[in-house]
Amino acid sequence: MGRGVGSRSGGGAAQPPWHSLPDEVWEHAFSFLPAAADRGAAAGACRGWLRAERRSRRRLAVANCYATSPRDAVERFPSVRAAEVKGKPHFADFGLVPPAWGAEAAPWVAAAADGWPLLEELSFKRMVVTDECLEMIAASFRNFQVLRLVSCEGFSTAGLAAITEGCRNLRELDLQENYIEDCSSHWLSSFPESFTSLETLNFSCLDGEVNFAVLERLVTRCHNLKTLKLNNAIPLDKVASLLRKAPHIVELGTGKFSADYHPDLFAKLEAAFAGCKSLRRLSGAWDAVPDYLSAFYGVCEGLTSLNLSYATVRGPELIKFISRCKNLQQLWVMDLIEDHGLAVVASTCSKLQELRVFPSDPFGAGQVLLTERGLVDVSASCPMLESVLYFCRRMTNEALITIAKNRPNFTCFRLCILEPRTPDYITQQSLDAGFSAIVESCKGLRRLSVSGLLTDLVFKSIGEHADRLEMLSIAFAGNSDLGLHYILSGCKSLKKLEIRDCPFGNKPLLANAAKLETMRSLWMSSCSLTLGACRQLAQKMPRLTVEIMNDPGRACPLDALPDESPVEKLYVYRTIAGPRSDTPDYVQIV
Amino acid sequence: MSVETERSSTESSAASGLDFEDTALTLRLPGSSSSDTDRKRASTSDPSCRSPSAAASDSPPSPKYAARVVGWPPVRSYRKNALATAAASKFVKVAVDGAPYLRKVDLTAYAGYTSSTSYDQLLAALQDKFFSHLTFRKLGNQEMKLVDTVSGTEYVPTYEDKDGDWMLVGDVPWRMFVETCQRLRLMKSSEAVNLAPRAAR
Repeated sequence: MGRGVGSRSGGGAAQPPWHSLPDEVWEHAFSFLPAAADRGAAAGACRGWLRAERRSRRRLAVANCYATSPRDAVERFPSVRAAEVKGKPHFADFGLVPPAWGAEAAPWVAAAADGWPLLEELSFKRMVVTDECLEMIAASFRNFQVLRLVSCEGFSTAGLAAITEGCRNLRELDLQENYIEDCSSHWLSSFPESFTSLETLNFSCLDGEVNFAVLERLVTRCHNLKTLKLNNAIPLDKVASLLRKAPHIVELGTGKFSADYHPDLFAKLEAAFAGCKSLRRLSGAWDAVPDYLSAFYGVCEGLTSLNLSYATVRGPELIKFISRCKNLQQLWVMDLIEDHGLAVVASTCSKLQELRVFPSDPFGAGQVLLTERGLVDVSASCPMLESVLYFCRRMTNEALITIAKNRPNFTCFRLCILEPRTPDYITQQSLDAGFSAIVESCKGLRRLSVSGLLTDLVFKSIGEHADRLEMLSIAFAGNSDLGLHYILSGCKSLKKLEIRDCPFGNKPLLANAAKLETMRSLWMSSCSLTLGACRQLAQKMPRLTVEIMNDPGRACPLDALPDESPVEKLYVYRTIAGPRSDTPDYVQIV
Repeated sequence: MSVETERSSTESSAASGLDFEDTALTLRLPGSSSSDTDRKRASTSDPSCRSPSAAASDSPPSPKYAARVVGWPPVRSYRKNALATAAASKFVKVAVDGAPYLRKVDLTAYAGYTSSTSYDQLLAALQDKFFSHLTFRKLGNQEMKLVDTVSGTEYVPTYEDKDGDWMLVGDVPWRMFVETCQRLRLMKSSEAVNLAPRAAR
């Protein structure tokens, strides 16, 4: 029986009675704290709680794979059943991080194989996962159930075959936006005929053909299948057949969804969808020809989530469809929906919580009629709206102020005005006032992306008011060092800061060095940093890793460069593991 | 990159900077009017000029600047690739009997609600490119003909398929047509006398 040893009281006061309770009692108590932050806080109370908490921790989320070494993580939390690890910095999504940067999953899989034999769930995001990793997963965890890979690369269908063949208890295979090499391996056929436990199958990002007969048999025998997201290789009539075999489906991704119109196929689809009474989430890369949209009007009423962000369906048909979806909570669309489409969303989807509008033609001249109007309408009429990602070409302070007034409950507000440094198109002023209104009104704001013409003043507001802000993305904004200083000296809860193309220099970085240790990471690219400041920062803060990225072609040793050398890309993060040893040529750790 | 259903051919500009609008021929056959139905993108602001006033005074923002900045706008590479493959164009040569030079059309620009809408749009685009006065006639049995009302010459739209055979435009579903068509030829009706009109679908 363990004993709590926390002797925090000074001066010989009697220890409280709960200190003699065995660890198992505390472990049971902590099992009621699902949030990792709460468990972390409990673990900080005293050694006894630390011990009890870490030994009973079942779920572990490592937000930066380099913040700790895999072995340390496994040793500290020996009972983990579900682990999530994230790798590359967020801006890697937009091509700002050259290839072979790191974030390999292999060390994590190896450590888990040794220390967590009972592991059931593994999730990797923005990491390099090889076929060998997948083979090791299949071989090491006898009760492996959930594999989720998001924005990963480095593996092929051969690796998938190892998973499908080896993981007898697999419940979820969820592949989101990965780059998967097609080795024509029959990964789908590798599921044994006796295998029936699948609940989630998402292979939407796979480019190759799949054996439809095999898929159909799999879907038929997995009675608990709730989520099925197909890739583009599955034609419409096959989708209809699958739906008839799995009418209890809750989430469906349809792939390409286009074909020339045939009344027979239409009827088939309509009947198939009519049978899906449990369908709540729908997605797909629907093509421009909307002939078949009306085939699933029947499911619209039940839909809570609709992802048409890869669909090139234009306004009128799209609107007709969405106007039937009265219970939508989550909507992802392209700007082809235009302002009047969003007005329909505003009047129809009173339960909307999350809206994302993506650009259909990010590099074009933009003839699409999506403006600030659409966002104003939605935020005025959807009382539960709390998360927005909005790409548009113009904005005004007035619109932002109105939005802030209408929706103080935003937790995530990401606005991307496509052309950098675009001012308020009516007053030609900066958008400082608008974004200031957002942070002043939305007290619960956790994530913010700003864009358009912005001066240092907006960062003053953000620093002062955005107390709960955890993640901030800035591009082409600010006038001077002051801007960065306002952020780093304010923003009490800041965890992730990513900046590109801003005139921020060395001074605010050094003046606020201590702040960086309270944050998970900082990314700065195309700013005004020099090597000397980075050296100073690294020296001052030994628990930070200061990484500098040069052009891949130029592998010049850092020591040879003078202090004044400009730093193009900087990535700083806190770590207890010391500098990593797997850096490519173009990354240097200061 | 979004599919336009306008009459004029829409040419997508590759992000690499090569702008088709700059290189597109706008010459017409002798005797034609100069109305330019091709949509030209106004590149009004100097890409290297970053001052706010310059950016503000030009209402359509210069697309070239955005295209040259790495990682901007912040659209995931995965999404960019998906959009690019969705918008892959298919340009085919169009020859008209008697014209001194050929043109090109992007067949993917005409995806419409039905096959017949797409064919209509294609023929309308061909008219824009080659003829000063526009009509096209659809005969009762679904056959399509282009007529230059000035000279009275009738043209029959034909295309060369993957097997090298010359086929009459309009028989097959639009998607199949886009897939198999290698080039187009507007054949003078007088020459097409021996082509047996095929029955409509």
